[in-house]
Parts: sequence; C-alpha cells; structure tokens
Amino acid sequence: MAVTPTDLSAALVMTPVAPADWLVVLPPAWCILAGAVLLMARKSLHLQGFLAVPALAVLVLLDALLLAHVAENGPVMMVMGRWLPPFGIAFTADLTGVLFALAGAVVALAGAVHALTDIDGSGRRYGFYPFLLLLMAGVSGAFLTGDIFNLYVWFEVLLISSFGLITLGSEPRQIDGAIKYAFLNLIATTLFLITTGYLYGIFGTLNMADIATKAAAGRAELPLMTLAMLYLTAFGMKAAAFPVNFWLPASYHTPRIVVSALFAGLLTKVGIYALLRTLIMLFPVEREELSFVIALTGAATMLLGALGALGQNDIRRLLGYLVISGIGIMLAGLSLGSPGGTGGAIFYALHSMVVMTGLYMAAGLAGRLSGTFDLSRLGGLYTRSALFSALSLVLFFAVSGLPPFSGFWPKVMVAKAAMDIGAWWLAAVVFLSGFLTTIAVGRVFLLAYWRPADGALAAEAIPASALLPLAVLTVLTVVFGLFPDALLSTIQLAAQGLADPRAYVGSVFPGGN
Amino acid sequence: MTTLIFRTVAPFLTALMVLFSLFVLLRGHNEPGGGFIGGLIAVSAFAIYGIANGIAAVRRALWFHPMAISAFGLFIAAIAGLMSIFFAVPFMTGLWVYPVILGVEIPLSSVMLFDTGVYLVVVGAITSIALALEAEEDA
Repeated sequence: MAVTPTDLSAALVMTPVAPADWLVVLPPAWCILAGAVLLMARKSLHLQGFLAVPALAVLVLLDALLLAHVAENGPVMMVMGRWLPPFGIAFTADLTGVLFALAGAVVALAGAVHALTDIDGSGRRYGFYPFLLLLMAGVSGAFLTGDIFNLYVWFEVLLISSFGLITLGSEPRQIDGAIKYAFLNLIATTLFLITTGYLYGIFGTLNMADIATKAAAGRAELPLMTLAMLYLTAFGMKAAAFPVNFWLPASYHTPRIVVSALFAGLLTKVGIYALLRTLIMLFPVEREELSFVIALTGAATMLLGALGALGQNDIRRLLGYLVISGIGIMLAGLSLGSPGGTGGAIFYALHSMVVMTGLYMAAGLAGRLSGTFDLSRLGGLYTRSALFSALSLVLFFAVSGLPPFSGFWPKVMVAKAAMDIGAWWLAAVVFLSGFLTTIAVGRVFLLAYWRPADGALAAEAIPASALLPLAVLTVLTVVFGLFPDALLSTIQLAAQGLADPRAYVGSVFPGGN
Repeated sequence: MTTLIFRTVAPFLTALMVLFSLFVLLRGHNEPGGGFIGGLIAVSAFAIYGIANGIAAVRRALWFHPMAISAFGLFIAAIAGLMSIFFAVPFMTGLWVYPVILGVEIPLSSVMLFDTGVYLVVVGAITSIALALEAEEDA
C-alpha cells in the first residue's frame, strides 16, 4: 500500500527538541513506566519496596531538575506527537506547576518509605506500590499539563488509582468510605468534564495558553462567568470546600494510614491547583467578580474545619477536618487574587502537603503504639518516645500556623493581603481558625502524649523506616519556617506568572498566536 | 454451558477470534480497527474459552497473569512514546522504519508499538475483570 507522503512540515514542530525540555513530560512518563514494571513484579513482594522507593527518588530528582530549569529559563513547553499547539496536546511547566509537582513527589517518596513497614504483605500483593506510582503519574501530569482536557484525563488517572488505594484491604468500612469518596468525586469530575465541553464549544480550543489569550480578547461577549462558576464548583468539590466537604472526613479515616497521609497531602491540593490555574490564570476578571463568594466559602471552610477538629474523638477524623481548614485558607488567598493572596495560597498548599502527610504518619505511629486512634483511650506517648513526641509537637505547631514553622508565613501573607483591601473580617477568620486549630491539636497533645497511659503501650520499637520520613517532613517545615526567603521569592514569581501569563503563553506560542 | 458441541467448538472459535483480533489490531493504522477494539475481540475469545472450559483453563492458556499482560502493554506504550527522545523530536512523535524482509517492504512504526501496548492493556485488564466475574459465579 503506497501512501504518498504529504508535506506536513507547516503543522509540525521542526526545531530539534533540547534534551532539557524532556523534563516536562518525564515525571508522568517515568511514573507510568515504573508503575508498569511494579505491576509486572506484583508477586515479588520483596522487590516492590526496593523498586518503588528508588523510582520515587528519581521522580523527586526529575522534578527538582525541572524546577531549576524553569526557574532559569521561564516556562517550558512540549507538545505531544510533534503537532504544533493548539492542536498538539501541550505540556507546559511554569513555576506554580513545578513547585506543586516537586512537593508532591517529596510527599510520595516519604509515603513510600513509611509504607515499607506500614503496608503488610497482603497490601503489597493487592498492589499498593503500583497504585502509588500510577497515582503519582496522575498527580504529576495534572500539575504539568498545559491542556485543560488533558488535565481532566490526569484527574481520572489519579482518581482511579486512588479508588484502588482507598479500598486496599477490602474491609467493609473501607468500602463504605470509598463509596462516599467515589460518589462525590465522580460528580465533581463529571461537572469538570461538562464544563470543559462547554468551554470547548465557546473557544474551540483546549490549550490553556490559547484560552487565556482568547478569553482576554473576547471577554465582553463570551459567557465566561458561567465557566468560572462551574469550574469553581467542580474543583471546590475536589478540594473539599464548604459546603461540599462532607466526603473528606467520612472517608479519609478508613484506609491504611499511609494512604490517608498521601491523600491528605496530594488529592485536595490538586483541586486547589486546578482552581488557581483556571480562576487566576484563565478567568481573572470573573474571579474578581466572584471574589466575595470565594472569600465567604473560604472563611466558612476554615471555621468549619477547625470547629470540626475540636469535636472529634478519633485522631484520623480530627486530621481530616484540619485538611479542610487548610483548604479554607487557600481559598481565602485565592479569593483575594493579589500577589500576596495567590502567593499565600500556593505557599499554604505546599506547606499543607508536607505537614498533613507528616501528621497522618504521626497519628499512624501513635495508633500503632497504643492500638487505638481514640483520644479518650490514647495516652502516655511522651514517656514512650520523647523524639516521636517532639516531632509530633512541631507538626502540631506548624499546622496551627505558629512561628517559626512553615505554616506561619502563608497565613501572614493571606491575612496581610486581606487587610490591604480592607477585608478585616477575612484576616480575623484566618487568625481565629488558627487559634481554634491550636486548641484542637493542643487537646491531642495533652490527651494522647502527656496524659499517663491507662495500660501498657506496645513494646515494639518504632522502626527507623517509619520514623525517618516523619523526621524529614518535620525538618522541611522547620527549615522553610526559619529560612523562607528563597521559597518566598520563588513563590512570588510563581504568583506573578499566574496573574500575568505572558511568559506562559509565550512558551507555547513563541511567535504569538 | 458445558455441552459437548460447545466444548468441542470453543477452542477453534477462540483461536479464530484471537487471530481476527490481531488482524483488526494491525489493520487499525489506516482503516477502522486498532488496539482497543482488537483487544476487546481477544477478550471475547478468552471469555468464550472460559465459559466452555472454566477459568483455570484460561489462566493456564494465557500463561501470564492478566494484570501482568496489561502492565506489559502499559510499559511498551510508554516506551513507544519515550523513543522519540533519541531523535530530538517531541514526546510520542510517530517514528517509522521500512525494513525489507523477504523482498517485501514492511513499514514499522512507534505508533504501531503504542497500539500494541493499548491492545495488551485492554486484553489484560478486561480479561482480569471477566475472569473475576466468572469466578464469582462458580463460588
């Protein structure tokens, strides 16, 4: 069958691709490759951890190299299959995306190391590590893609992997939690898909750089407000914002503790990232209109999360409410939209990824030592291990936003940005939720750590591979609390890049479109 | 479903359907067909074999665990995309070679490798589901 070759060079990328540009697609591609190998080696239970931990270490390295590349040269873009954008699917990495991807990879690596002792043989046989790698493929892809339909695809990848992780073990209460989790997430994903279909009907393009340009040009006659509101609802559900937050505390305490830790660190933040991307970069004027609605949602989310945490007796459910409270602060930052507000939201998201994962790991260890997660029965952890208690205390302070830990700076940024526009009430709510959170975690420390134990605690030593990731995450929050300058300046650049996406658009359409 | 006629015909039917699925897979580059639909046809073949002879026979015949087959498919699909790194073209660019084997020019491409990956992912994943469902019925 002789096919006459057509000259397609006008529609193709003809310039050779520099090897460094490959860093944009390598994080998700590498995760898929490693996940496939792990799935093939599913029966070799000993190999699983030994393969997965180095694979995730390589992912951290790739993301770190990409961050260095983007920090030096600005946003980096690569199209799939050589077709020119907006027709080829573009991967576009800007500072915001890469910062999220790097934090996610660090959290996943910590989780994989922690899982060496937390996930038993049956969990491995069930496929914990392949699921984790495929989850990271979805998460990395979502943070690095430059195409809104492709974002939806990565959401699906991470959602399906998370369904696998949340039902790991197939206990009845896990299935119960998984159904609540799956149901609301499927609604949110469907809404996301419908909105994207509508967006394609309006713009005729799915490339985010293209949408940003066309939205700015045709703002007067296009129904952008509808799109912004629909995206806010869809991603708000994903991020567990009030009033669609009920799925999170109902499901996050059911899976293995490492899985809870990874979910708390990664999944809601993907929702926040998508909100930043759509509302700040694509529809900034519409976000300004919705500002008050988002601010009210954020304030309600913060307070509901903190009050919910005060009322819980199971540490894992308590932590679920703290995740929600953090989402409120990110939404408050998002509602302001100023550099300080957006920067605060990004910083808080990164902080929350690290700290919430650490807190769930700490709760898991506390539960393993005491045999219960019930605050009324926990006790005596301080006498059991002073080092573990110290690490937990640092994380408790960090999640409450007390200095000198990493939660302090983003809260100050958001509160200051709120005061700058005269929204004193929003700043007050930020501090009030911080105060309530301090009481909630103070109660945990008082009851579970300081109170003498009723019975004897488990005599087994805390394994080093379980304590090490907790220690590393804790050190990260201390370091970024004490020396926030480098991170702050990067985040400010990231926030500017979102608010003024000229560099982002320029990387996709070098000659203008 | 264990009549003599069905049990006798099933292996031949299975063999024929697997062959046809490969034909559909290869045809898919320029005409209707491809990895996804080809994979589904192959799964139907294994399902028929399973209904006739039980799931243990299917697992023996497949040799590899169905999940491992789908993982291998995912693996070669990813490799097909990553091959372009050596040619300084973007991810997943179609790469072609035209070796002449026994006097016939055979066009081979990374696109076909990717489609084969899709075929294996579908075969492995849907066979797993089908076998699990049939196992439930046996119990």
